[in-house]
Amino acid sequence: MTRVCVAGAGTIGSLFAAHLAQVAEVFVLTRREEHARALNEHGLTVTGRAELTAAVTAAADPAQLPEPDLVIVACKGADVEPLTQRLAGHFPAATLMTVQNGLGAEEIAGAHGSWPLLSAVTFMSGTRLSDTTVEYVLDTETWIGPYRDTTPDDARAVAALIASSGLKAEGFDDLRPAQWSKLIFNATVNAVAALTGLAHDPHFAETEQLSDLGHLVRDLVDEGKAVAAAAGVELWEDPWEMNVLATQRGHRHSPSMLEDVKAHRPTEVDLITGSLVREAHKAGVSVPLHTALYRLVKAKEASYS
Amino acid sequence: MRICIVGCGAVGSLFAANLAQLEDVEVWAFDAARDHVEAINANGLRLSGAGDVLGRLRATTDPGELPACDFGIVATKAMHTEAAIRATAHAFAGGSVATVQNGLGNEQVLAAHVERVMRGTTFPAGKIVGPGHVQWDVKGDTTLGPFEEQPAPFADVERLADACTRAGMPTHAVEDARGPQWRKVIFNAASNPIGALTGLTHGRVCERPDLRALVSGLVSEGKAVAAAQGIELDSDPEALIDHAAKPEVAYGHKASMLQDVEARRTTEIDYLNGGIVRFGREHGVPTPLNEAIWALVKGVEQSWQQ
Repeated sequence: MTRVCVAGAGTIGSLFAAHLAQVAEVFVLTRREEHARALNEHGLTVTGRAELTAAVTAAADPAQLPEPDLVIVACKGADVEPLTQRLAGHFPAATLMTVQNGLGAEEIAGAHGSWPLLSAVTFMSGTRLSDTTVEYVLDTETWIGPYRDTTPDDARAVAALIASSGLKAEGFDDLRPAQWSKLIFNATVNAVAALTGLAHDPHFAETEQLSDLGHLVRDLVDEGKAVAAAAGVELWEDPWEMNVLATQRGHRHSPSMLEDVKAHRPTEVDLITGSLVREAHKAGVSVPLHTALYRLVKAKEASYS
Repeated sequence: MRICIVGCGAVGSLFAANLAQLEDVEVWAFDAARDHVEAINANGLRLSGAGDVLGRLRATTDPGELPACDFGIVATKAMHTEAAIRATAHAFAGGSVATVQNGLGNEQVLAAHVERVMRGTTFPAGKIVGPGHVQWDVKGDTTLGPFEEQPAPFADVERLADACTRAGMPTHAVEDARGPQWRKVIFNAASNPIGALTGLTHGRVCERPDLRALVSGLVSEGKAVAAAQGIELDSDPEALIDHAAKPEVAYGHKASMLQDVEARRTTEIDYLNGGIVRFGREHGVPTPLNEAIWALVKGVEQSWQQ
């Protein structure tokens, strides 16, 4: 049986761990001791799109966990550095897979060990209800590609394992086209949601009136496409089409950046919009609208205090 | 001389109470807030703060009660202009009507209902603290001029300006009143929505260099739209913005649009950034940042319905 260590037991990590425990041996690396104790005692429960409870082995210290074949680094982008620092020297035979928003998590993780690396992005979402319960809200895909010392077949094998656990996953020869599609989609939808307070709903695709939000969303997507083109990345999906499709699901998804702003937490804007703005700068492309939204979200964070 | 204030909120009340001090002026006020109107009729209209004034005037919520007036001063929020002037136009059949409202496009709305129109801009500000009582926060000048497309006679502009000035509201009659109006609109459109979207006071917006640069981007677009129409600004909105950011001026001031958003009231964004975008389109001047800000604030308003 494949042995998977999920590092970071937030919403996404918990969804991976509980599902994968149906088909693999799953270990969970937590930040807090009491979180690990709760998981060992009660297991991990998923509600919503799936109803299941899984037994997992959890610890706050990687030395207390068995050697896995695969480590899924499932924390928020800002936590990749401290988390993978804790993994340094552990699990030398494992492959590491990052699933963060934005760009660059692979580089940060890869600096702390010579693990083979897979790169992934996930569209699934949920709400963390407690240390041991998570609600599965959007049952959308996780995309996986090779990054360092891995092959497309490695990516496809992990995608097959995840798919067999009841989640949606797909392996790619090169993740960049998919990763950039998601980056542009995310930078646009998350920042607009965080600033307006709107969950991702049909307003984001409306273009009837001059002041309708769809115009801004399309302009932001177009800026992103220009950066991708200059960076030599051919997009996997058109982020505007992704936006239109997502708003037609009839379910108002509340993007994580909106949730963060509502809870007065720091957002991932540096990783998401910040990645795009940095890539634009490298490629010599001007992105005035993303730059404006980046500044506004940073200022909104500053208004908490 | 009979003057009717249409929309007797904070700014309307400053004009109404001060003009009521003049012996040769009879002041009426039309407003939709019944408790405010009743308090004015019972006890007069009281201003306190920058000036202490008690004005005796006739207020009504019923436009049918209005007599024929020589002048109207429209001071409603911009989104209420159409309804307010439609209801009261009959009183101005032989008179001239001035707007002292925020934003762009109010003159056009008035001109669809009354014949002689004045373009106006006013800087005094205050807030209603209770029925019949307005706090006068800031004194300032008013500028009036004929509305080019349907002008009030210049003699009328001078007569109204003179009455306001004598009443303690310094007012200039000018041939081209667009400069002060666009200066104020550009100032408001560049600073108000940034406060509304971020939750920061004016001073805190200005001390973040990247955010201050965004404000400048909005100002530049507004200036380009003004220039394309041949409008000469009477002073630089950038200087006004920096002046207002000083601790002793308005560092800690929450923009009115931020106050609107916090209270979930419809904002004047359509007449500020929306106005700049519309005039920009008319004159072939791109305004991408104003468009973005307009859409974001409309999005904020839409989020209240979710």
